[in-house]
Amino acid sequence: MKRYAKTHEWIEVEDSKGKVGITDFAQKELGDIVFVELPEVGDEVTKGESFGTIESVKAASDLYAPASGKVVEVNTAVVDEPQLVNEDPEGKGWMIVIELSDPSELDDLMTEEEYRESIKEE
Amino acid sequence: MSEKLIYELSKRGKIGIDVPALDVPDVDIEKIIPSNIIRKSDVRLPEVSEVDVVRHFTALSRINYGVDSGFYPLGSCTMKYNPKVNEDIARMDDLVELHPYQEEEDVQGSLSLLWEARKYLLEVTGMDEMTFQPAAGAHGELTGTLIARKYFEVKGEKRSTIVVPDSAHGTNPASAAMAGFKVVEVKSDRDGCVDIEELKKVVNEDVAMLMLTNPNTLGLFELHIEEMAEIIHSVGGLLYYDGANLNAIMGVSRPGDMHFDIVHLNLHKTFSTPHGGGGPGGGAICVKDFLKDYLPSPVLSEANGNYYWNYDVPHTIGRIRAFYGQYNVVLKALAYIKRMGGKGLKEASELAVLNANYLKEKLKEYYELPYDRVCKHEFVLSGEKHKKEYGVSTLDIAKMLLDYGVHPPTIYFPLIVHEAIMIEPNETETKETLDRFIDIMKEIDEISKREPERVKNAPYNTPVRRLDNVKAAREPVLKWEG
Amino acid sequence: MYPYLPVTEEDRREMLKEIGVSSIGELFSDIPEKFRLRRDLEIPEAKSELDIRRDFESAASRNNSLKGKASFLGAGAYRHYIPSVVNHMVSRSEFYTAYTPYQPEISQGTLISIFEFQTHVANIFGMDVANASMYDGGSATAEAALLALRMNRGKGRVAVSHTLHPEYIDTVKTYLHGQGYEVIEIPAQGGMVDVDALERIMTEDTVGVIIQSPNFLGVVEDIPLISEVVHKVKNASLIVAVSEPMAYGILEAPGSLGADIVAAELQSFGLPLNYGGPYVGVIAAKEKYLRRMPGRLVGMTEDVDGNRGFVLTLQAREQHIKRAKATSNICSNEGLCALTVSVYLSLVGKEGLKAIAYQNFAKAQYFISALKGKSVEVLSDRVFNEFAFKPSLPVKELNGRLKRKGIVGGLDLGRFYPEYDGYMLVAITELTRKEDIDNFLSAIEEV
Repeated sequence: MKRYAKTHEWIEVEDSKGKVGITDFAQKELGDIVFVELPEVGDEVTKGESFGTIESVKAASDLYAPASGKVVEVNTAVVDEPQLVNEDPEGKGWMIVIELSDPSELDDLMTEEEYRESIKEE
Repeated sequence: MSEKLIYELSKRGKIGIDVPALDVPDVDIEKIIPSNIIRKSDVRLPEVSEVDVVRHFTALSRINYGVDSGFYPLGSCTMKYNPKVNEDIARMDDLVELHPYQEEEDVQGSLSLLWEARKYLLEVTGMDEMTFQPAAGAHGELTGTLIARKYFEVKGEKRSTIVVPDSAHGTNPASAAMAGFKVVEVKSDRDGCVDIEELKKVVNEDVAMLMLTNPNTLGLFELHIEEMAEIIHSVGGLLYYDGANLNAIMGVSRPGDMHFDIVHLNLHKTFSTPHGGGGPGGGAICVKDFLKDYLPSPVLSEANGNYYWNYDVPHTIGRIRAFYGQYNVVLKALAYIKRMGGKGLKEASELAVLNANYLKEKLKEYYELPYDRVCKHEFVLSGEKHKKEYGVSTLDIAKMLLDYGVHPPTIYFPLIVHEAIMIEPNETETKETLDRFIDIMKEIDEISKREPERVKNAPYNTPVRRLDNVKAAREPVLKWEG
Repeated sequence: MYPYLPVTEEDRREMLKEIGVSSIGELFSDIPEKFRLRRDLEIPEAKSELDIRRDFESAASRNNSLKGKASFLGAGAYRHYIPSVVNHMVSRSEFYTAYTPYQPEISQGTLISIFEFQTHVANIFGMDVANASMYDGGSATAEAALLALRMNRGKGRVAVSHTLHPEYIDTVKTYLHGQGYEVIEIPAQGGMVDVDALERIMTEDTVGVIIQSPNFLGVVEDIPLISEVVHKVKNASLIVAVSEPMAYGILEAPGSLGADIVAAELQSFGLPLNYGGPYVGVIAAKEKYLRRMPGRLVGMTEDVDGNRGFVLTLQAREQHIKRAKATSNICSNEGLCALTVSVYLSLVGKEGLKAIAYQNFAKAQYFISALKGKSVEVLSDRVFNEFAFKPSLPVKELNGRLKRKGIVGGLDLGRFYPEYDGYMLVAITELTRKEDIDNFLSAIEEV
């Protein structure tokens, strides 16, 4: 299942693992991505706290973890080719995979429907 | 045709200077310094002749644009004319060839000049004590936020927040963060001023300081300044004045009279010292009496006609740089103040405000004016309408201006206006220049309607055209590898 | 009619009419009455160019400047020869009246000269990247300390050498105190970093170590050995502060000896003494520090026609974008001062830097040998162009004698280092003539 955070990250959950990236809306807002900084495998991340940064020419943003856990995979491809995030933010532009420590944290995230509604207002 | 780099002019055997013969015996460096710390290969620097250097930098100057080249209406930067007599004065040998550690008795002339500058700046701001240590405005802001931190430490109060308006210059929150504070933004109201009700919500006893500029970054005078001062002071907080916009009110109003506790000045804006392509600036911090013990040490002092550096500053935040400050920049600011005199400074502000209001009234016919009220020395237009209707952004308009030989205004700041265009004409411009600018902006508006593509691909006549910022950031090349 | 105010009376009337107000005063009517200054500013009447020149000349005559004198003062500000070309180039008003190059299409002059500056600096210090300059060496050192902390997610503490310039130490402490970081001092031994003490200080959370080389006492530090000790801690950064960069004409680059970051004062490269300012600092570092470095950066790119061009880049780190989360609050760099350095280094070039540096070194050694020959205690001869010695008479008295001979003597070291009370710190540059040194020596001998 896929869930969305207010801060425009998505998390795709399978078993106890969640793959995380940013949404198409976010990449459009940022513009051409020039740099992505991600944690290392083994790092702990906490829901709502920054796990990395993403920079475009005109903006720099923190990346916020939609859920807590341990980082088990890092997509180094986006570090080498940040434009992947612009091209395919919900596919090849994924960023990290978290081993979730508390799946209940997903409950208050938005569904795709809810997320689409929320960005209409922005 | 792009200009060559000095490294591309380099050729073995060329040199740009002559080194006089050594008048002492040669020394074998290996006998003194361990060999692993001695340079094995020469530094990779260019090898060019004096003529190469002169031609190179002359060529570079010709693909550059300064106030002396033309109109420079950069909002918030106060690009006023840089008087040439100031440059000459600042080159006088007996003013320049002074080492910071010379005995005070040997530099009384210069110390008296700094003292004179101090006096005039305290008068303009209505403050009690000051320091010239900060090297620029942002450095002054950091000094201010550090003073706030120390002030509350000494009082034994724990305060962790600084409040800034959403229209604030980025250096405000950055300086607050550097002093360990959390930053809370307060919204502006429909009139472009800080929203008083919102301010009341965010100001509490955890707030150390409220940082404002007045007039604000929209060029509008903060109408409720008295109430805002009351709000922050009633919780025991400090009120900080970002002096970037002081050019609007010299001799008319003073931050010290408006209840500000700390003021920073930008000598390179208000007081005509050159911007230098990005510096050196000249910051200065002025405080009310109750904060003087917190200033960076040493503080310039005077006793019986003798000037000296006072290192006895009981609660000093410490130094924010080595030595005393941007001395040579202060000399130029002082020359400017002396040349203008008190009445002249006031007239400068009055004309800065006149010029801005004139441009505003004429340009609002062609561009959206989000806040249609009397402005001070600058005002903000929005390119939003042009973007929606013609697909022409503020960036495009700015690039089009380049082809007319005009430096664009400040763009995309303040953040609270979409597609912002911040225009500050300043008082050293003629009416002819202003009228020409109006005509140009009118023409660009027309071209945006008729031929938007032309605006979107501007500029065409500049030494280089639009540059690939994305490539520059994705594949940074920050030095010449040859 | 005031100078620099070209709007005529007639212009003003026309403009007021267009605006729809009858006087300029009305444009200020939104300022509350109680905040209107109802008197003139207490600043004297406007003066003519001639009169202000006279005022400044009069003040200048009340100084005892270094003009025409030999000076042995150093301690972070050095008197070197400035070739004539330098001032001519930086006096071109297209350079000095320009703003920050935010509109690169018409600012290639500034941008290219800064790109060259970044290159010169990176090359001299053996680093991968250098920024477009900082305010001065002291604040650059403080920002370098913050950089080292940022590399460690903002956690840790910083150690500074006792032999770092005292005013740089003070600045580092001021900056770091702002964010609540601990700064501890590394003791010195024999005028150099005490490496054993450093070893004891290197805990896992000591993420930044700042030394200076040549240090405040003029001594050339053992950077390779210090680097070894520092890098035993995985996340630690070795910061080498430099206040006399001329040394690197003959000394090996810190970047080649293990330094991770160099924070330098570049005043020696073409800037006059100017009583301490404006000067120009810089941070140069290894590649991995790039994204967290403070300050502006100029990068090379292309325009739409494929022509090479230069722009300010990686601006997302800076205050105007990232605001509270910026790498630093710094906005201005030292623009024109950096240009000055660029011109100077282009003129002296590879061979010139080496030659001038060698002269500094040789003259200092001449002075040292002479002093040793007279059994004067010299703190260390392992120096570049600056050293400390203990004259047989009080420093103040010696400086008095020198002054009577028209020589400006060195710094009373006791001012900053109680353990070196009685020592004088002297700097010798290519401007110091043999006869100046000989005159100095004879002043010591005077009865």
